[in-house]
Amino acid sequence: MNWIAWKMLTGDRTKYLGIVFGVAFGSVLIAHQTSIFVSLMKRTGSQILDITEPDIWVMDKELQSVDEVRTLPETDVYRVRGVPGVEWAVRLFKGQVTARTPGGIYRQCILMGLDDATLIGAPRTMLLGTLADLRRPDALIVDAAGYSYLFPGEPLELGKTIEINDHRGVIVGVCETSPPFITFPIVFARYSTATLVAPKERNTLGFVLAKAVPGQSIPELCRRIEATTELKAMSQLEFVWLTVGYYIKTTGIPVNFGITVMLGFVVGTAIAGQTFYLFTIENLKQFGNLKAMGVSNGRIVGMILFQGAIVGVIGFGIGMGLSAAFFEGTKDIVHLKGFAMPWQVMAMTAVTVIIIVGLASLLSIRKVLVLEPAVVFK
Amino acid sequence: MTATLDDVSRPITQPAATASDAPPLAVVCRGVTKEFGSGDAKVQVLLGVDVDIPAGEMALLVGPSGCGKTTLISIICGLLTPTAGTVALFGVEQQKLTGRQLVDFRGKNVGFVFQQYNLLPALTAAENAAVPLIIQGVPRKQAVARATEVLDQVGMGHRANSRPAQLSGGQQQRVAIARALVHSPRLLVCDEPTAALDAQSGQTVMELLRETAVQPGRGVLIVTHDHRVFAYGDRIVRMSDGRIESVETKAAGTHAAEGGAH
Repeated sequence: MNWIAWKMLTGDRTKYLGIVFGVAFGSVLIAHQTSIFVSLMKRTGSQILDITEPDIWVMDKELQSVDEVRTLPETDVYRVRGVPGVEWAVRLFKGQVTARTPGGIYRQCILMGLDDATLIGAPRTMLLGTLADLRRPDALIVDAAGYSYLFPGEPLELGKTIEINDHRGVIVGVCETSPPFITFPIVFARYSTATLVAPKERNTLGFVLAKAVPGQSIPELCRRIEATTELKAMSQLEFVWLTVGYYIKTTGIPVNFGITVMLGFVVGTAIAGQTFYLFTIENLKQFGNLKAMGVSNGRIVGMILFQGAIVGVIGFGIGMGLSAAFFEGTKDIVHLKGFAMPWQVMAMTAVTVIIIVGLASLLSIRKVLVLEPAVVFK
Repeated sequence: MTATLDDVSRPITQPAATASDAPPLAVVCRGVTKEFGSGDAKVQVLLGVDVDIPAGEMALLVGPSGCGKTTLISIICGLLTPTAGTVALFGVEQQKLTGRQLVDFRGKNVGFVFQQYNLLPALTAAENAAVPLIIQGVPRKQAVARATEVLDQVGMGHRANSRPAQLSGGQQQRVAIARALVHSPRLLVCDEPTAALDAQSGQTVMELLRETAVQPGRGVLIVTHDHRVFAYGDRIVRMSDGRIESVETKAAGTHAAEGGAH
């Protein structure tokens, strides 16, 4: 019977393609927009995720995201080091500065100041130069995307200079980093260099990065640091979610993407549902005919679900293919770097397509179930 | 579920055997009434119909529009439930079967030919004719091969791979007859089989039905308005206003319906 269902479905090519289009439209919109949303949100926490050495981030207790730095007194790093269970604790500077190139290009940059002694928080992948070069005077490491913003069209090259707040810096390395939420260049310097070139503030310490002694429970150590220092202490993942939550709560991003995803669902369901329903209505006599010839209601339902499954699988495949093609095609565009479709989004879209096809089939099933087979004589 | 051709299909010249040696009654209707709607909107379409259709005959059910012919054949086939009365096909009382049993019984024992052919437009003639076998679980290739043989018998073997849109009305009706006969049903029900055809095609279809469908042990019941085809019937059952008006047989002439004449 599935063969007959398949032939009935593909025999009406216009409607068949219409239903597939509806499902594909819905799934491409849902998968594509959700993937961009997820990738954008992941970008908000990219600077936290890129620093893997510490177990715990310590910060001002009112801080809401990694981008909203509230400086701490330098002494806080010693207070954290004094908490039992902390193996080591180092400073991290994070601020925004304006860099000027000799060519006259001005760019707002994220400046990361790494502990002078350990360079904890340094980028993990160097494309040009070495981390050790950061110990040279006025040394800076720039991420590859940032380099292309500062020196557009120029090949990666060491020894170039930029000026930050009237201080000259020399690029001694080019690194790979996860793209930040706002496409600013990321400039790495030693803590002492960063605090020297950054605009003066009374306090300069952004975060304390701490490592727990082996076997120490991280949540327990966080609570202990908070109790001792009255600062906020979080694991890497907790801090990422705090930052993501901040952007979700304080920006219109989720609303905008949510509306588009909802639109994909509604339009996809409307197109697929209406066309599938019309297809069933036009084939009611054929279904009645099959019922008269001895096909049970259960098998008719099976045929409609089979038809729904066919258009669902094809539409979903097209939708995923188009989304994947977009991300594959844009992976080398600097400001779109890191945008990808996670498997979880694919799975969520698959569930949504099942709902779309289910709703579309439901209308048709209802119509066919109440159909009197005697309709064949009318 | 997979069935074999032997399970579901007998040669069309050899319908299912019956228990008795005497010609069996294909259809027996007793006191069949049918009402639609309720209250003031209630309409009585059948008013106690008693009729017998013997096997091995071609019976024509005739009468003016709205007299209840279509309702009666729908009830005979088990597509509608009577408000009162009983219908037995080859001794099996339809009202005693459960819904599922009725669907199975109809699938195996009743073949349909419709006024508008009702062929599936996406299937070829052979595939269309194979549908009743596929419904009963016969593997598709086997079913199509068997359907092609039956198409040969109705003179459509050469168009087995044509789609309905590529066939004339008469040819489509012949495919529909092949579909109705492919699983060797014991009762063939035809609803105005010539109404959509020109005189020549209508005649061809009726001759074909006589040659292929009218067999000992099989009942053929044709609803028609078409006076041109009355000559093909062995028995003409006339209906009027929800009742059987008269039954005319070739052998014995006309009988009035009163007094349970059949």
